[in-house]
Amino acid sequence: MTLDLDLLPDGGVPWLDASGPDAAIVLSTRIRLARNLQGHVFTPRAGDGQRDEILTMVVAASRATPRLEQAVVINVDQLARLERQLLHERHLISKELAGLEGPTGVRHGAALLTTGDVGVMINEEDHVRLQVLMSGFAPSRAYAELERVDRELGGYVPFAFHPEFGYLTSCPTNAGTGLRASVLIHLPGLVLTKEIAKVLQGLTQVGLTFRGLYGEGSEVVGNFFQLSNQTTLGKSEEELLDHLGKIVRQVITYELQAREVLQRNAPTVIADKVWRAYGLLRYARSLSFDETMNLLSGVRLGVGLNLIGDLSVYTLNKLLVFSQPAHVARRAERALTDPDLPAIRADFVRALLDDDAQRRPRNGPAAEA
Amino acid sequence: MRCDQCGERPAAIHLTQIVDNTVSQQHLCEVCAAEKGVQTEASVAKFPLSDFLASMGKTVGPAAPAAKEGGRCASCGATLEDFRETGRLGCPDCYRTFEAHLRTLLRRVHGASRHVGEPYVVATAGGTPEADADDSDVDGLREQLRRAVDAENFELAARLRDQIRGME
Repeated sequence: MTLDLDLLPDGGVPWLDASGPDAAIVLSTRIRLARNLQGHVFTPRAGDGQRDEILTMVVAASRATPRLEQAVVINVDQLARLERQLLHERHLISKELAGLEGPTGVRHGAALLTTGDVGVMINEEDHVRLQVLMSGFAPSRAYAELERVDRELGGYVPFAFHPEFGYLTSCPTNAGTGLRASVLIHLPGLVLTKEIAKVLQGLTQVGLTFRGLYGEGSEVVGNFFQLSNQTTLGKSEEELLDHLGKIVRQVITYELQAREVLQRNAPTVIADKVWRAYGLLRYARSLSFDETMNLLSGVRLGVGLNLIGDLSVYTLNKLLVFSQPAHVARRAERALTDPDLPAIRADFVRALLDDDAQRRPRNGPAAEA
Repeated sequence: MRCDQCGERPAAIHLTQIVDNTVSQQHLCEVCAAEKGVQTEASVAKFPLSDFLASMGKTVGPAAPAAKEGGRCASCGATLEDFRETGRLGCPDCYRTFEAHLRTLLRRVHGASRHVGEPYVVATAGGTPEADADDSDVDGLREQLRRAVDAENFELAARLRDQIRGME
């Protein structure tokens, strides 16, 4: 089975348009709810037949659910590794569902239902992982959407629920609400002013946790962090979201303050850093993924500080998603291990930035434009 | 304020102890507090699951808890030993089979063991709970209410009670 990306509504990445609140700093808001079907063995212990049964039940229920009836069904277990990685790079499926880690590979029965912003991962660590991904910082709007899907789906298939412990999950760290809300946030100001360690330490003290670009177990690249709630039980969904919201607002304020400090105390250093990053992206002939992310972080900071005029956040988001390894390899019809990928990536980045520059009246600092 | 113990790092934990009717106060930094075994909300949250599972094995002995809990989950055959190895439970019924152990674990991981979020209205065949808000749903809610009261989960019980009233 080959993955037809045209089937995905908005390519599965509607958040790229940067239309949400604070989208220059908060790229996206993601919320997921972990659910399991009553009377069925959890996915990791289940056999192939049991996973098939779960898949059939959830897909059948989705067809009767107004918000999911049009959802595209993707049988992840029938896709090649490159395509699974591509879905993971789009944040549509987790690393676990994509089977990218461990010796076992992809799990039989692993599937994705997606409508673009709302998705349902089937046979992940839990039978069902409902998730929503929205542009910018929009936890309330995202949850409102997800809650409706949860209620509708839970009306057709019985979810495992315990009066004391709440929603039951394969790993007890997700029990209770099963809710994990996270924001993908860009914090170059805090990194450059070396305040980031303090902020991250503060986060862990107030019950939040941080991860890299791809969530659990991933490295921080390009100053992109995922901040999310650590615990899921003992607080209501509203409390969890309110708390995350308040803290993220505070982090945004700190980040903006740090950027002000940088611009006030070291304007030349910052401008040089930003334009060097832009220059490298615009003219380099070979770019690794990590280097691209770091340079994009510099350029994004430049756009935020109004040093680079007219370069849209949409173009920056597109560069971020489409220069990831599986995206570059698939577009060029090469293998993930192909040694030419850095050169192909540089060609792509250059073409997109050229295109963007031609649409601008003049290429230079906003102050001079 | 500096830490009473090391005198170097800033005090972050303020401990008030009452021993034999005498009140004593100690101001400790996070490091010294951890060394003294003082648990804070943050240290509870940071506590990794694998360490906790390993410590369960050490303190109770590997075979003892399983035997005490009836050994295997009747529904899926999983044991506490399996859980310790994988960090994953076998099925929803494991939560009943290993209830006492899990209550302790959930308290350490989340700082609480009672769900206070949205209550789940059990699915009825072929429709959303709202669409089929008839007597059987009220009965289902009453059953959930009874169980919530049994488990002393009063926040959930109050919500369920209001929901039942709304439907009646």
